[in-house]
Amino acid sequence: MAERNKYSIIIPTYNERLNIALVVFLVFKHLWDVDFEIIVVDDGSPDGTQEVVKQLQQVYGEDRILLRARPKKLGLGTAYSHGLKHASGNFVVIMDADLSHHPTYLPSFIKKQLETGANIVTGTRYVKGGGVHGWNLMRKLTSRGANVLAQTLLWPGVSDLTGSFRLYRKSVLEDIISSCVSKGYVFQMEMIVRASRKGYHIEEVPISFVDRIYGSSKLGGSEIVEYLKGLAYLLVTT
Amino acid sequence: MWPQLYHRSMKHIVKIMTLLVGISALWFGLLKTSMVPSSHTLLLPIYFIMCLGCYGLLMVGVGLMRFPTCPQEALLLQQDVIEAKGYLKQRGVDVGSE
Repeated sequence: MAERNKYSIIIPTYNERLNIALVVFLVFKHLWDVDFEIIVVDDGSPDGTQEVVKQLQQVYGEDRILLRARPKKLGLGTAYSHGLKHASGNFVVIMDADLSHHPTYLPSFIKKQLETGANIVTGTRYVKGGGVHGWNLMRKLTSRGANVLAQTLLWPGVSDLTGSFRLYRKSVLEDIISSCVSKGYVFQMEMIVRASRKGYHIEEVPISFVDRIYGSSKLGGSEIVEYLKGLAYLLVTT
Repeated sequence: MWPQLYHRSMKHIVKIMTLLVGISALWFGLLKTSMVPSSHTLLLPIYFIMCLGCYGLLMVGVGLMRFPTCPQEALLLQQDVIEAKGYLKQRGVDVGSE
């Protein structure tokens, strides 16, 4: 007999007034037969994101959408910890609010976990069935180069290290998050590498990643330096 | 002995170091015993690094060629956005342009 599973979806937001509404709609559309809650961790967005979330609560119910705001930008890792404190599900999904992570893949995460009993299911953009859109050749080159370097140095056991579309068993997330100290996307890498080192059962599902149409993220020299520093840190401490 | 040494709790860097030490010991052994002419042996580390570099470049190149893309997903996303805006606007959620 399958235990009743509840999924807490944590979405950190900053100035995602329009995107958060679209994401919430799509989550409800694709998880219509699943017991879940959405936890929006907003870092004091000046564009009125929280007002939109309150409107969404009127449409979908305050028990389905939780707004757990913070006064200002306090970082991604602490946003997850903050959301975790309010999560009532036994599984936790983390995803971005900008529609690069499409809720249509949520059922495939859940299905994979139920099939394999995995502790973590991570979305990967780099296998067949997944993919990216909106990346030029340079971006793909850096991504591929970074990935090969990380695979060679760290032997992480997953194909997409920097991805942040993941499903965790709640107890597992609590365990890993307490031992991670990095910031930004290196934090995502640290989470999955530490999980791999601790021997947690990790599965992957292909996802597509459509990059922001507005304000494409630049990948400059400082990002590359940060990445290399992060790799060195993970090489030595995990 | 090796399975115990390579236990999960062993730090990754230690694993890599033991691998490098093992390979270096092999190299020193080859130098000492002179089974292979030492002029060749001395160059082995350079060959090894070159092979590693070529392998890395090959992996990057192959990966780049086979990089999966999903242009159709972008179109589907546009449709989703239209559907979402229509539904939410009717129910009093502000979905005007930012």
